Amino acid sequence: MRSGDSEIHRTTLDNGLTILTRELHHAPVTTFWVWYRVGSRNELPGRTGISHWVEHMMFKGTSQFPKGVMDREISRLGGTFNAMTWLDFTAYYATLPADRIEIAMRIEADRMVGAAFEPSETEAERTVILSELHMYEGYPSFRLAQEVQAAAFQLHPYHHETIGWESDLLTMTRDDLFNHYRTYYAPNNAIVVAVGNFQTGEMVDRVAEIYGSLAPGPAVPPVQFNEPMQRGERRVTIQGREPTPLLAYAYKAPAATDPDFWPLAVLDSILGGAKGASIFGGGGSSRTSRLYRRLVDGGLAVSASSGLLPTIDPYLYSVDVMVLPATDRDELERVINEEISRFQEQPVTEEELARAKKQTRAHYAFGLDSMSNQGRWLGLSSIVATTDWFVNYLDSLEAVTASQVQSVAQRYLVPTKRTVGWYIPENGANNGSGQ
Amino acid sequence: MDETHQHSLPSEENIALRRLDNGILLAARENFASPAVIMAGLLEVGSMDETPEKGGLATLTASLLSRGTERYDYDTLNDAIESVGASVSVWGGTHTTRVAAKSLAEDFPAILELANEMLRHPTFPEEHLERVRAQRITGLHERLNNTRAVAELAFYQAAYPSGHPYHHDSSGTPETVAALTRDDIAAFHRDHFGPQGAIFVVVGAIPKEEALDRLEAALGNWEPLPQPPTERDAPPVEWPDERVQQYSEVPGKTQSDILYGLPTIPRKHPDFMALQLANTVLGVFGMMGRIGKSVRDEQGLAYYARSGVSATRGPGAWTASAGVSPDKVDQAVQSMREQWVRMGTELVSEDELNDSKTFITASLPLRLETNEGVARTILDMLYYDLGLDYLERYEERVRAISADEVRRVSDTYFDPERAILSVAGPAIPQL
Repeated sequence: MRSGDSEIHRTTLDNGLTILTRELHHAPVTTFWVWYRVGSRNELPGRTGISHWVEHMMFKGTSQFPKGVMDREISRLGGTFNAMTWLDFTAYYATLPADRIEIAMRIEADRMVGAAFEPSETEAERTVILSELHMYEGYPSFRLAQEVQAAAFQLHPYHHETIGWESDLLTMTRDDLFNHYRTYYAPNNAIVVAVGNFQTGEMVDRVAEIYGSLAPGPAVPPVQFNEPMQRGERRVTIQGREPTPLLAYAYKAPAATDPDFWPLAVLDSILGGAKGASIFGGGGSSRTSRLYRRLVDGGLAVSASSGLLPTIDPYLYSVDVMVLPATDRDELERVINEEISRFQEQPVTEEELARAKKQTRAHYAFGLDSMSNQGRWLGLSSIVATTDWFVNYLDSLEAVTASQVQSVAQRYLVPTKRTVGWYIPENGANNGSGQ
Repeated sequence: MDETHQHSLPSEENIALRRLDNGILLAARENFASPAVIMAGLLEVGSMDETPEKGGLATLTASLLSRGTERYDYDTLNDAIESVGASVSVWGGTHTTRVAAKSLAEDFPAILELANEMLRHPTFPEEHLERVRAQRITGLHERLNNTRAVAELAFYQAAYPSGHPYHHDSSGTPETVAALTRDDIAAFHRDHFGPQGAIFVVVGAIPKEEALDRLEAALGNWEPLPQPPTERDAPPVEWPDERVQQYSEVPGKTQSDILYGLPTIPRKHPDFMALQLANTVLGVFGMMGRIGKSVRDEQGLAYYARSGVSATRGPGAWTASAGVSPDKVDQAVQSMREQWVRMGTELVSEDELNDSKTFITASLPLRLETNEGVARTILDMLYYDLGLDYLERYEERVRAISADEVRRVSDTYFDPERAILSVAGPAIPQL
């Protein structure tokens, strides 16, 4: 990687645990992550949301760190501590003053194999997760995304949101959760990532001491779903009381390891604005993007964004628009289609290409001062691709040509590979539209 | 650069300061770990300078600064900023208007020039006013369908009397925003945007004296306002005489949001640190403190349940919040109340108090990990006049707070018989 920083060091223990470390000494802080190769991608109907629920249970105690003790231990040392579940992964992280990181290493090792899953705790957490779901459902953008995802994927588990369907959250049992945990939580299905103010040799030795004795589990069940080819445009429309219409376009996109990923990432910068190398936002302003100019400056929308996520299996390239109430919906779609067609009919200019690359370099640099960001990028890229995917990120984008951008536009951004979703306010929506 | 210097807290030793004749205070700190530079600044102008009838004027003015200046039109500004991957944002608040800029070090001089133009020489093109106005109004309508936002709006209206700067929301309402004119905006900018009291902080890969020189060259000739900003502190408020319960109906939702608490003290009040520590015990520490433990962990009522203190230049609110199923509102509020009352009657054990003390002091390096975190912290130290040795003395001062002080401030700043409860959800419960 650029920026004159240290190398990424990779070790694999006998039990299959992968360890990725990177020394950074600009702040007295270390971040420690454990990534598991399990997420909603590994879930079947009837058990949707199980990976996320298991993540919640990991905070409910082990024999060595009973409930309440682990978060207390981290907090009293000045650390932050959390977890996230997504399509392809479940990740746990703690960021602490560097000389205190050991506690996070011990907690993660302990709960990799020793989480309690007390039945009463499982039940108490069921209502917490339902509350989380209901919080999301308060947003029409969530409800729309859920429908669009479900329509876009008929077979592949990317069909459902990571939090799962409510009916499954009501019926799943403690044993379901425990079995899921025992299937996927093992050193051979995990990646340790440490970034921060430490000496590599010492850190790797310490991880080996703490994690080396954990027994590997059997190989995890492979995900054997190949989403069938989409044969035509799909459309969903939902309604609700919120007064602002929303439009979502979702095209089938290439996986992170597909060479087409990079030209599409460049296209995304030009269409919707440059982003950092993070799946959780981090972009700057995007007023010069083609979408912003046509839709927002054009007086059709409040906001417009686009996004391409790095995923293991092919996922979605999305365009999301918050629509001004007076906008004609057909006209809005026509304008977006026109912008998509431009990419197919003529190559982007060298100037646009150079700008997209410079923007990405800058966003990448902005993220460098946060250890947590680096831990996230390193872990994510190792899950969806390889560590080199992250190391070569800027080079991969740098190599993209205008004709490659045109080619991916012609092959991926076609009507037969898209799902179009509308959220439309129902008659008598709260507060009217003001029109 | 040697490591000890890099790891030292921002302090008099490593922050360069300069006061300009026109009243602007400048600060800079170096960090060459990444090739980026952050600028964070504030002007003493905000929604407290507008009347409620013109609600939204200050924030709308701030968001129109990037829409064109005397020297650069909208497209030129966007192009200059985005072509180098930089960003410049300006947004209005209640007491201040904030500016933040981020760029690679090599682009900092150009970005500073653009930010300076936006703040001082905006042209407020009519067409952009109409575009931004339409976006704002849509956002305001949408906000009225967000239970958390509705609970907050109702809480602030109940907690602060009409005419108090915190009573009306700085975004205004769809009606007030619809009525604002270009003349209102241009006059507001002319009368209130000036150098007096302004602070600009630069942190990143630029020598600190060079940063100050560049800031001075850009901002030094900003003429002071003939009428300097008026009193910037928001006045204290009386608590209600009895419990206030405010229910707002947001049809079609599956969850209710609760905001519960009282107005308290400004940031500079001598009790602030003790209050912050009490709040950490109540609703922050670990998984959201005692409230989180009771409401989320033990009873499983909510995904989030926590408390917070929002003190700035006026009597900020100390509030507990949670999102719960509509039929569990009473149970959750009762638990919050119990935990809060306990804070004011029983001494927190030494162990528990030490845990929270260590959390807020030892987490300092995490907050200072990024250039943005450092810039924000320096800006706060200067704005609230905390002294450049604030961070160095922070741990000592937190350590000195006793369990009795925590009990006293909890008792002083929360009264269950006068507290304000605001709930927004799908149906108004029968009381």
